[in-house]
Amino acid sequence: MWRFVARRLLHALPVLLGTTFLIYTLVFVLPGDPIQGLAGDKPVPPAVLAELHARYHLDDPLWTQYAHYLAGLLTGDLGTTFTGRDVSDLLADRWAVTLQLGLTAWVLELVLGMALGVWAGLRKGKWDDSAVLFGTTLIISVPVFVVGYLAQLVFGVRLGWLPVAGTEGGWPLAFLLPGLVLASFGLAYVARLTRSSLIENLRADYVRTAHSKGLSRRRVVVKHTLRNSLIPVVTFLGLELGGLMAGAIVTEYIFNLPGVGQQLFQSIQLREGPVVVGTTTALVLVFLLANLLVDLLYGLLDPRIRHD
Amino acid sequence: MSADTPPLLEVDDLCVEFRTRRGTIRAVNGLSYTLHEGETLALLGESGSGKSVAAQAVMGLLDTPPAHITRGSVRLRGEDLLSMPPEHRRAARGTRVSMIFQDALTALNPVLTVGDQLSEMFRVHRGEGRKAALARAVALMDRVRIPAAARRVHDYPHQFSGGMRQRVMIAMALALDPEVVIADEPTTALDVTVQAQIMRLLKQLQDETRMGLLLITHDLGVVAQAADRITVMYAGRTVESAGAEDLYTRPGHPYTRGLLDSVPRLDRMGKPLVPINGAPPLPSSVPTGCAFHPRCPRAEPRCGREAPPYHTLSTAGHRSACHFAEEVHRAPVG
Repeated sequence: MWRFVARRLLHALPVLLGTTFLIYTLVFVLPGDPIQGLAGDKPVPPAVLAELHARYHLDDPLWTQYAHYLAGLLTGDLGTTFTGRDVSDLLADRWAVTLQLGLTAWVLELVLGMALGVWAGLRKGKWDDSAVLFGTTLIISVPVFVVGYLAQLVFGVRLGWLPVAGTEGGWPLAFLLPGLVLASFGLAYVARLTRSSLIENLRADYVRTAHSKGLSRRRVVVKHTLRNSLIPVVTFLGLELGGLMAGAIVTEYIFNLPGVGQQLFQSIQLREGPVVVGTTTALVLVFLLANLLVDLLYGLLDPRIRHD
Repeated sequence: MSADTPPLLEVDDLCVEFRTRRGTIRAVNGLSYTLHEGETLALLGESGSGKSVAAQAVMGLLDTPPAHITRGSVRLRGEDLLSMPPEHRRAARGTRVSMIFQDALTALNPVLTVGDQLSEMFRVHRGEGRKAALARAVALMDRVRIPAAARRVHDYPHQFSGGMRQRVMIAMALALDPEVVIADEPTTALDVTVQAQIMRLLKQLQDETRMGLLLITHDLGVVAQAADRITVMYAGRTVESAGAEDLYTRPGHPYTRGLLDSVPRLDRMGKPLVPINGAPPLPSSVPTGCAFHPRCPRAEPRCGREAPPYHTLSTAGHRSACHFAEEVHRAPVG
């Protein structure tokens, strides 16, 4: 198994290199001068412009700029923003927020989504199954910002149960509501996926065998059906781990959380190459690790795809 | 056996229907058979004749809805299984009546080791500990002659060959020494040499345990080797039942005769094979009267109107549901 992990980590290197280069190029070809953009409408003295251009290598060709960036990256230096802050410091703060938000949402998806799915699957065709199906369809079809504002209004303003916005309450209080909003789509999807996978597996031959052995229904479901049903759910949840971090922009905006998404949006507007590339690279890294985790979990769930 | 001891397994006039949105399907339509201790009874029928559904009805594996048992009884040593409380019924599954399924690859759980699946029987029904149960699993695998059982007990089903997998399936069914074992097409998924091994194994195990074996199959070759008695099914109903020898030499139903004429046999070398015309009816549209009459070479108008009763023929225990049973029975085979 360790050989498999090592091989996968090696594979990750070219992917990381490729993505950083791609993002770097995209920022490079954006029109307009970033220094001028920083100053807005006010004219920038030519001497200052030249000095800043030289410091940030802005006049060098793409290859040279990228090489500078990579060299820095290897020594652990992610560069500085135009305002002089270390990108790594900036990202650390932002990532702390996004990680708390993303993981809260992920755990909600995992626990609530699977629980709802199993419940509905076992009660197929009954009223509560229909209720779950209806509810999840509704959540999937409503855009996240509508869910977000609605949740703020109901739980934050009217009921006053949870903070409306900001990180003041700290984890978990301040992250429960945004976490739930961020998780809503995935949660509904996990519930539906678990439900259909469970129903399909309950019809499998080996489940009939389990019944023929005289096992209780509980044992048939828990031991002989659930594990087999979770394989597609694990795939989705693994990808969600990355997706939730990257997809948190809207939620971070609604709940005013200073996370990576907000940062990324601002940096793109300001054309701050190092920040955009650094943020994206970190996101790619999260995705790659999540994928690796999924593959390892597969082997745990299904011996037929064990990596040895 | 004295006359007042009830037979091991007695199925009488069993009817099973599936009620779906598109209508009611009568899958089993008056099936009767009796299985005695130490005996092998073959339930012979084409696919779609309802034999698997009948077996699952006896095991209590059918989901209601859509399946409903509308008539008949299933008695295990005189005790009606169908009217038993569900918990008692469940306790009888695997311990008194167990089942061997056709395709062991799909019938065994792919994510659990065979040791886990075998020892589960002892842990659930006998309350044994993990270690003791696993030791019993190894002994079981030895008993069905799986080589290197102690090592292989930790393997998963996909790591076994088809024949070995079917042995695991058999071991599981025999784990708790059940009185009745129902084998639903146990060799259909295997190639011919392995088929023979598996049938021999079943026979040996039966001699050791005196279990009653209900062998469900469409394969006349398998039946000829293994069965003591044969019940032939057509469109969900018993059409003929007799001792194996008797049925092969003196069939009493045109359908049975048709089956025998359509397979190659050593004692009929050089003679052409005669197929049965047409296809078995869909369970949703079984013909009136005798269900076989549209395909029957002997059919007369009354066959389409009157369902034939059972005629008892000359030899002991030979019954046939045909208006012309006596004549068919008298006619020489071949």
